[in-house]
Parts: sequence; C-alpha cells; structure tokens
Amino acid sequence: MASIVAHKGHSTQSNATQELLIEGAGCASCVRKIETALSNVAGVESAQMNFALRSVMVSGSASTDALVQAVEAAGYRAMPVAANSEADTLEEKERADAAYFRRLLRHTLAALGLGIPLMLYGFIGGDMTIHGGADRWAWLIVGVLTLGVMVFSGRHFYIGGWKSLRNHSANMDTLIALGTGTAWMYSMVVVLAPQIVPEVARHVYFEATAMIIGLINLGLALEVRARGRTSAAIKRLIGLQPKTARVVRNGQEFDIPIERVLLNDKVRVRPGERIPVDGVVVEGQSSVDESMLTGEPVPVAKQAGDAVWAGTINKTGTLIFTATKVGKDTALAHIIQMVKRAQNSKPPIGRMADVISSYFVPAVMIIAILSALVWLNFGPNPALALAVVSATTVLIIACPCALGLATPMSVMVGVGKAAEAGILIRNGEALQTASSITAMILDKTGTITLGAPKVTDIEPVESWTQEDLLRLVASVEQGSEHPLAQAIVESATERNLVLSPVSHFQAIAGQGAEGSVEGKTVALGNRKLMNEKHINVKKWETRAQAMAAEGKTPMYAAIGGQFAGLIAVADPIKPDSAAAIARLQELGIRVVMLTGDNRITAEAVAKHVGIREVHAEVQPSEKAKHVETLQREGEIVGMTGDGINDAPALALANVGFAIGTGTDVAIESAGITLMRGSLHGLVDAISISKATLRNIRQNLFGAFVYNVAGIPIAAGVLYPIFGILLSPVIAGAAMAFSSVTVVANANRLRFFKSEKVA
Amino acid sequence: MIWVINIVGFLLVAVIVWWFWLYKPARTAVTKEKPLVILLENGVYQPAHIQLPANQPVALEFFRKDASPCAEMVIFPALDISEELPVNKSKTVRLPPLPVGNYEFHCQMRMYRGELTVA
Repeated sequence: MASIVAHKGHSTQSNATQELLIEGAGCASCVRKIETALSNVAGVESAQMNFALRSVMVSGSASTDALVQAVEAAGYRAMPVAANSEADTLEEKERADAAYFRRLLRHTLAALGLGIPLMLYGFIGGDMTIHGGADRWAWLIVGVLTLGVMVFSGRHFYIGGWKSLRNHSANMDTLIALGTGTAWMYSMVVVLAPQIVPEVARHVYFEATAMIIGLINLGLALEVRARGRTSAAIKRLIGLQPKTARVVRNGQEFDIPIERVLLNDKVRVRPGERIPVDGVVVEGQSSVDESMLTGEPVPVAKQAGDAVWAGTINKTGTLIFTATKVGKDTALAHIIQMVKRAQNSKPPIGRMADVISSYFVPAVMIIAILSALVWLNFGPNPALALAVVSATTVLIIACPCALGLATPMSVMVGVGKAAEAGILIRNGEALQTASSITAMILDKTGTITLGAPKVTDIEPVESWTQEDLLRLVASVEQGSEHPLAQAIVESATERNLVLSPVSHFQAIAGQGAEGSVEGKTVALGNRKLMNEKHINVKKWETRAQAMAAEGKTPMYAAIGGQFAGLIAVADPIKPDSAAAIARLQELGIRVVMLTGDNRITAEAVAKHVGIREVHAEVQPSEKAKHVETLQREGEIVGMTGDGINDAPALALANVGFAIGTGTDVAIESAGITLMRGSLHGLVDAISISKATLRNIRQNLFGAFVYNVAGIPIAAGVLYPIFGILLSPVIAGAAMAFSSVTVVANANRLRFFKSEKVA
Repeated sequence: MIWVINIVGFLLVAVIVWWFWLYKPARTAVTKEKPLVILLENGVYQPAHIQLPANQPVALEFFRKDASPCAEMVIFPALDISEELPVNKSKTVRLPPLPVGNYEFHCQMRMYRGELTVA
C-alpha cells in the first residue's frame, strides 16, 4: 500500500476515458476544431465528439484540467461529466455494505462454530482445566483451531489493533485484540507449560476467545444492517432524481443521463414523469406534484413562465422547459447536500461523549491492568486465573462505539425525518436549540398570512367612482414595489383598467406614496401622510378603524389635494395558522407576533389566530431588537420569517426559522428552513427536534450507564460481596449488542409521527 | 515474584499514558503543490498527523480500503466539513485557507482519528 500512501503528482488520468460536455458548439465544423484542440494536448490518444449530444470522449493520460483549458482556448466551454451520480454512489455503497455484511456473517459462523460447542462442553460439566497427559494434546488442538478462528474471523481486529497502537491511537480493535489475545495466550501457556502456572489456575479460555470474536462480528453485521436503515430518508431524496432526461436539441429528442443535461437545454416531460432538472416552463400546461420537496399535498398548476424543480412529478400534461439549474446546482441536489451535512454535524449535547471517547480506550487499558494487579495481590485462589479473566473481561466489555454512535445515529435519523416533512435543519446545534425554545416570534406578513394582499374595499367620496379612484391610485402605485401597492395594481389589472403614466413619483417611507397622474397630484397612504398634506380625513377615521378592526389595512386616497376615498387591502390569514399557533402554545411556547402594520389591524389578525402578545408598527430594522429583548428576559427565542427582510432577526434568534417558498433552501440566516408555507411545519420541526434530543439522551444515558456499570462489574467489584465475576463471553455479547441497541433505538425515530400533519 | 509483576504493571500504565496522551508523533507535511493521499485501513488514517501551511487552501485525498461503516464518514468538526467516503475509491476533501492551529478530523464514532496542524 506504500504506493498509495504517497504524495501524488498533478491530477492526471492514467489512460482513462473522460467525457466532457461542450457548450457553444453551434455548427458541425466546431466538431473538428474541438477534436483537434484536444488531440494536441499532451497525453491525449483520441478525442471523438458527438455533435448531437454535445459531448466528447477523450482517451489518454491527460489531466481533466488540461482538456478543459484546451477546449476553452479553442473558444468553447467544457464541463467534465461526473463519473457517478448520487444514485450510482448510493448503489455502490449498498453493494459494498452487502458484501461486508456477508463477510462478517462468514466470520461469525466460523467463530461461533468453534465457540458454541466448546461453551456447551463447559456448561455440561466438561473439564476445562489442564491436568497433564492426553488432555494437553486435545487442548493443544483446540488452541490451534482457535488460532485459526483468530486468523480467519478476527484478523481485522488484530491488524487494526496493532496499526492503531503504532499510530498512537487506540480503538475498539485494540481492546478486542488485547482481550482475546490475552485469553488465548494465557490458555496456550497453561497448555504448553502448565508447570509455571499454579495448579488451581490451569484453566483454558479458548471458548471465550472464539465466542467473543464470533459475537462481535455478529454485532458488527447487525450494525451494518441497522445503519443502512438510518439513511432511509437520504435514500428517498436521492431516489427522487430521475436517471435520464428527454432533451430537445436541434429539433431532435434524446433520452440522455441527467449528468449530461446542459444549461438552457430544452427538456420535455410527459405526464407521470419526474422532472429531471430545475427550469422554467416554455411550453405546455400541467399540474405538478411538489409534495416530495415541500410537503404540500395539492399539485401546483404550471404554465409558460413558471418554475419547475427536479424531483417533482408532472401529473397531467406535457411540459417543455428550459433547464436553468443542472447537476449539483438543482434545488434537490442542494437539499440532499444540506441534509447530508446536517446529518453529520453534532449537537452540543454530544460533545461530552466526544471528549470521553477520546480518552476512553487507553483509560480502559489502564483499568484492565490495575484490575489484574488487584486480583493478583488481594484475590483468592486461583488469583492468576481470576486476574486474567478480569483483565480480559474489562477489555472486552468496554464499548467506545456505543458512546460514539449515541449522538450521530439519532441526528442522522432525526434530520432525515425532518427533511421528509419538508423541514431542512442546517446543523446539529439548530436541532438541539429548537428542542428547547421557550418563545417564538412570528412575523405577520407571509408567515401567519399568505403574504399576498388583495384589495377588499374601495369606498370613494361622491365625486369619484370606484374605477376612477382605483385607476388613478394604481397609476401612482405601479412605480412602487411595496406589497400593498402591488395589490392595488393587481386589482386594477383584474378590472381591465388602463393605467396612466406617473411622474414625480415619490415613496414616503412609513407613510405611503404620491405622484402626478393626468395632471393631478395623487397621494395614497396612512393618516400621517394625510396630516402632512393637510388633508382633513376626520370624518372617515371611524370607517377606517372599522376596516382595521376586521384585519384589513385601510389607506386614505387624496386627489388634487382633496380627500377622494378609502381603499382597504387585506392579506388573508393562512387557513391553518390558528391551529398551528394553538399547537405551539400547547407545547408551552410563548408566541409573539411582530408586524409593520398598524396596531388595530395587527390586533385583529392576532385575535383571529389566538396570539395575545403583539408588537405592531415595527420597522424591519427593529425586529432584531425585539429578539434581544426576549432573550434578555431569559427566553430561548425562535424567530420565524420569510428570510429576506427578517435576516438580522433570524440570525440573532437562538434559532431562525425561514418559511421558504418550496425550494429556497439556501436561506443562510436561518437554522431551520420550512419548505412549505404552513406554520404546522414549524411545530413539526420543534416536535422532531424534541424527539431527536430525547432519543440522543436515551442513547447517551444507555451508553454511559452500560460502560460505567459494566467496566467495574467486569473488574470484579461484585465479587467480594456476591461472589460474581463476569464471564468474558457474556462481556463479549454485551459489548456486541450495546452498539446495535444504540442504532436500533435511533431507528425508532423513523416512526416518529407529528400529532398533526398539515 | 508478585512485586516484579506489580512493577511491570505500573510501568505498562506509565507507557500507556506516555504513548497515547503525551507523545507527539511526527507530522506529514502537505502543500498546495503536493497533495496527499490519506489511506483508511484497519482502523487508522495513514498518515494521521498532517501539517498544513497556514492561510492556503489545501486538498486532502482520502482513499478508503476499510468497508466497515466506521470508516464511512470523515468529519472535520471545527470546519463544519463532513464527507462520505466510498470504498476502494479516492475522495478529495477541499479545505479552505486555515489560520494557525490544530484541527481534529475523525469518523462518526471517533475511532478513526487524525489531526491537522496548521503552521
């Protein structure tokens, strides 16, 4: 292996075939140019381009970088084709795991094949001590057979143990190698030179060596199986990715592997097929099931201009779309990467176990030596045999794996389970903190409400009609990006009103907007704006308050310096917000609503959804201050927003929850991203994190108690009072199954069901 | 006789403390020009103690020969990097420019352990 453990030269491919995708090749003559450019690269044996597929196969020893540079120097762009897709990698991993499982089973059968008969012989009263004569020869044969088992079934423990010793680190292999090695060597000394061992201590422990090796191999095999199930969620996500895509190039259609789909390719998806890459629809109408990404069960209608995402299912019609994100850039690929990363990050609760496990193995070796010395100095006869048994048992029963696995296995399952419900947890820390949140701040717009305001009332004074009033104010608002302005423009568009150009447009922060339309000054905003313009609206205040009390946002309109009417806009509350907020409160979480809206509207919305604590008229920049205030009060604060103007508050909160629109997976400021709009996702995220932390605590408790109780018992603390000294075989079984128990307990999380799934 | 065994026992304890906790093993240097292949086999990273230049991006290539699930992941906890390692294939892990310090890397269970020394 020395050749592998060496410094490498530059990344070269030794006589391999590489495939590059070419962008910018628009004509058949480009083929010649690209092939020539590649053939001139040192080390290239041949280069053949398929123009229709825009791909070129290059064989030889040239590095990928050199090939890409050559194509770029010729005026094109080249992208190496990934050798393996996620699905291929997963299949390979499963094949490797299956082969390893079978190997472990063979090792188990061989070791238990010798160990079980020997142990049964001991149980039925067979003599396992050496008296001299013929029995020495019989036990010598058994000793050699045991050595065979050690070499065939336990070789990996001894090589691993030795290598880690040489490497100044020690692991489970070290303990098993030392434990079984000690038992075998002592037994061989008894067989070969019984005279140097006191007569009462001439016991052989070949059955222990064989049984321990067999049981630990069996435990490892079961662990491989159980571990496979912990990654079920990521497997399902990877399985969403189709393997091929039907692309349309130069009027021809090809089914090609998705790794070969290029940006701006036209992709056709027929009913029932999965969408292979992200894109924007250019032709066709259909409904698309996005539940696998967002958790939203209702299919979404798609037509030209709408975005589609890889992994979702096209239901009813054929769609042709332009690929906008391919390969590792699709939302699904990002989700898979994010889930994988989070599955391997550790919550703070696991740090103590990490510190302990880094000192664990050498500490166990020291305990084994001290235990043997105590037995030798103070133990009853046969002290030497008892010393060997106790040292072997201590080495074997100690299980650093259970301790090391306790946290990562639960995180893996919990984060995967959350991803299945459309909840992306950024890391272990967010997972742990979410489980202990005491206060939750909810932004109103887009979080409690749909975030899509609509005009509900138009009440002009007598001199204006609804249409004229709406047309003029919409003409002003077409220059504004405010959501309320957009609602007014949309309402005018729906009524087919023709808007006039606006001049002197001015957005007045926190008040409204004004501009000049058809020679008249038109202003729309709150009472403050009217006061500044010296427009008397006193008569209309009661009506405006009544609108606000219904949860609407009333706006005063003035045309030519005269009050012209009231326009109310309402942002409908999501149908399940009230139920989700009730669930949050049932968990004992203090729920607070923040909004830039006026107090009366805010209180009306809050009342509707059952929130008692409301902060209205809050500027976006002030949201972070409210987070700080709650934190000063001793609360562990969660902040839920849309991730755009809430970014500072999301980042400052103990956990930021960003409500995405399905695929905004890269909301950096949030610890947890909810891919569906429903607030039930928020409660589900907290419930899953609580369940995961509970599972981690159970695992850590089990692993700690197992080691803290097991090691002293193995050392023989119960012997002086109860006369109990643990058999190394029982220790081997306990050790083998302790890590399986941890993985199995983590797997229970797969069956976690939230109380209410929206 | 027993006192000889006792002395040997205590000496062994001292050797364990020195060998595993006090000894500072030699480090293998890696630079941008000289990428390094780290082999995963028989429960250890080879080499496990690696020296890197400060403030330079570096690529480490892991080659996993051990099919045991223990070796499946390599985690750099301080850098928030974790990578799944395929069996019998190499996998490159790119590290960002790092300030001077020691950075641990390990498998999920911390049985495979290594350390980067950035100097």
